[in-house]
Order: sequence, then structure tokens, then C-alpha cells
Amino acid sequence: MTIDWAIVEMAIPLLAVGTVMTLKIASVAALLGLTGGIALGLVSLGGWAWMRWLVRGYVDFIRGTPLLIQIFIVFFGLPLMGFRLGEFWAGVIALSLNSAAYIAEIVRGSVGSVEKGQTEAAKSIGMTQGKILLYILLPQSIRPMLPALTNDIITLLKNTSLLSVISVYELTRSGQAIVASHFAPLEIFALLAIYYYAIISVVSWISRVIERRLPAW
Amino acid sequence: MTTDTHPAAEHRTREKPLLSVQGLRKSFGEREILKGISFDVMSGQTLVLIGPSGSGKTTVLRCLNYLETPTAGAIELAGEPVGGAYVGEAAKWAPLPEHRLALQRSKFGFVFQRFNLFPHLTALQNVAIGPRKVLGLSRAQAEERAAEQLARVSLAEHMDKRPSQLSGGQQQRVAIARALAMEPRLILFDEPTSALDPELVHEVLDVMGDLAREGMTMIVVTHEMGFARRAADKVIFMADGHIVEEGPPEEVFTAPREEKTRRFLTHVLNR
Repeated sequence: MTIDWAIVEMAIPLLAVGTVMTLKIASVAALLGLTGGIALGLVSLGGWAWMRWLVRGYVDFIRGTPLLIQIFIVFFGLPLMGFRLGEFWAGVIALSLNSAAYIAEIVRGSVGSVEKGQTEAAKSIGMTQGKILLYILLPQSIRPMLPALTNDIITLLKNTSLLSVISVYELTRSGQAIVASHFAPLEIFALLAIYYYAIISVVSWISRVIERRLPAW
Repeated sequence: MTTDTHPAAEHRTREKPLLSVQGLRKSFGEREILKGISFDVMSGQTLVLIGPSGSGKTTVLRCLNYLETPTAGAIELAGEPVGGAYVGEAAKWAPLPEHRLALQRSKFGFVFQRFNLFPHLTALQNVAIGPRKVLGLSRAQAEERAAEQLARVSLAEHMDKRPSQLSGGQQQRVAIARALAMEPRLILFDEPTSALDPELVHEVLDVMGDLAREGMTMIVVTHEMGFARRAADKVIFMADGHIVEEGPPEEVFTAPREEKTRRFLTHVLNR
């Protein structure tokens, strides 16, 4: 077996273009997913019962169905509802909706596991549920939440590869295009793996830096 | 009444209690923990609750500020019903909405057995957060008030430390300052020295004794009989969810009327 180094050399800059798209999608989706997930997590901790059930149902649906199906539903469903956003935004929305559900569970889990005495002490000085969450429970949960959140961001990053099915020209799709025209699957898929691995290593490193900088007590 | 009656004494006889508890009951599932507790606390008094563990003392405190919702009974603070209101002509009991209950709760200071300080905040921030976020003081005002209260419990030089950097006794004094900073009508102490190393107990009891002398109204659940004797205006002995005996400390400690009280006291005093 020989490696076609010419193709590798040619593919490196082409894949870099796809990488930029992957990073774009992942960062927008991560931002939306985090915001949505924290909001949903807080609702499931302190909202009215009917809102909690709604979140419960949402999380159940997302966890209970494959992401690929969710991507297709968003991609074909949005235009039917009158939104013509194109494949980039369809992809971003599908990934955000997906990660928001998982992040909601992380938030619910870590905020919920703060010791009960904290809530009682906050109540005893007259705080309402919302203030208790915001000023007492959430700040104490951020550090324990971080490893799980990092995991989810990494999953989100890898999941962007699924958007190749709705022709988003991200990293995987750009690799597939090269494979189609030059038929060098092993070289290209190995390169793709290296690209993803490099991106994710950077994310893990950033997460570790943040974790070290967060105040401990 | 003769003319030489001291005016203050005369005033006191007509004074309404600051806190009045009538027929307080609390069940957890099938288990009834409080079986009808009634007592009054006058403004400036220190009431000490004693009794064997499981007698319901802590539950009484937790019901007073609605950390637990009572199953039955009436609690009044300065004439105002706690936890709800009687509405309409039929005077139907309606629980207070959350924000009003929270406001009412802030009038009861609460000091927990395990301190329950906020670990992510410094001592100063622990004390200032209530005035700032609940009473709406500015950051500067809240921190000024917090610094005053920390000085009051002799912790002025530890303001910027986190709870984990403080000893148990210091942590409990921060907790007392946190309660004081809300300017409560009374403070509830739930076994405030039980989690402390023996040599640290006195620093917390000293602060509590000072508060009692300064006229703070306090209800204290404790096993520190020495403190009860020195600081209490009234002692209540509880067992099995009932009040067995109550009276001034010299009476309850030296001449208990009830056999149960006598047995409990011989037990704890001869430890």
C-alpha cells in the first residue's frame, strides 16, 4: 500500500476551507446551544410545573431520536413553516436544538446537586427562587459543570460532520468532494481524522485552562 | 394597681407578644413530628428550646420561617399572620405568593447548625448579599452594613476570606452577621454550636450572649445548658412533639415539675 502524497499535499489547503466552515457552524451552534440549554435547565429547576413538563418532553424527544433525523426534520421542516434559511442555518439550528437538550440536563444535574443547605440559607435571608438560582446555585455549579459541558461541545463539533448530508460544505463534505474526484479515500479520511483531532485537542486545552482559572473554594 | 408601679413594668403587662404560635402541627407523611405547639415570645426575650433529639425542636424553628410548611396552626409575627393571610368575608386562609413569603422570611434571621455559608463568596459578600439583592441596597451601602455586622461579631479582619479559610467558630459568627445584616425582628438559632469543636463553642455563645443582652429577640435550640441558664428568659422543654414544661430557667433547671424533664436534665447535666 502506498500513500499518494501529491493528493495529500493538494488536499491540505482544500480541507482548511472546510475547517473554517466547521468552526463557524460549531461556534454559532455552541453559543446558541449553551444559551438555550442553560435557559431550559433553569426552567426545569425553577419554572412552573407545565414549563418543566414541556422541557422534559423536549429533552426526551431529542435524546430519543437520532441527530441525523433531527437534521432532516429541521432542513425540510423549516421551509414548510415559511423559513427559507438555507442549509447553513438549518444545520446550525438543528445542532443548537440538539445540544441545548443535553446541556439542559447538565445544568439541571449540577445545579440540582448543590447542597440543600445553600438553598435554605438563601431562603432564610429572603431570596426568591430566581435569585437563589442566579446568585447562589449557578455560580457554585459552573466549575463542576465544565467537564461535562466540554464533552458536549466536543460532541457538537464532531456532529457537524453529519451536516454533510444536507450539503453544508464543512470539513467532512469538503473531504468527500476530494474523494469523489480523485478517489483516494484512505488518505483523505485519515487527513479528516487528523483535522478533527487537532480541533478537538484545542477545545480540550481551552477547557482545561478555563477550569484552572475559575475560582475554587 | 398602686401609683408606685414602675411605668416600664406596667407597659410590659399590656405588651403584645412579638411572636405568637398557636397549635402548631407538622407531619412528614404519616409521621406527626409536632403535635400542637403553642408559645409566645415577647420582644427582647431569649427563648431556649431544649429536649431529646427527635423531640421536634428543630422542626419548630423551621416551621416558624416556613422553611417547612406547617400542617396546621397559626404563627403571628408582630400581629401579622405568617405564611398566608385570611382573605374575604369568610376569612379563608390563602398562602402567600412566593415573593411575599420570601420578604416575610427575611424578618426571621436563621442560624443553621452547619453554618450554610455561601462557599463562593467572601465573608463580607456572604453578609452583604442579602441587603444587596433582597433589600435593594447599593453595593457600597450593603458592604458598609456587612462590615459593621462583621465587626460586631469580632471578624473585622477576616472580611475578605472565603468560608473554607475560616474556623468553624468564625464561620458560625459570619452566619450570625449574615442574619443580623437583614435587620430581622428575631433570630432563630438551630443548634448553632453542635457542629463545632468544643474549644470553639464559647466564641459563638459569647456572641449570642451579647445579642441577648443588647435586646435581640432570639429563639435558640441548643444542648448548651450553661447558655440556657445564663441567657434565657424562658426555657421550653419538648418531648415527642409536645411542650412538656416551660418556665424561667432557674425554675426549669432547679425545680422541674415533670418527671420527663427531670430525667432529661439528669442525663444531659451529668454528661
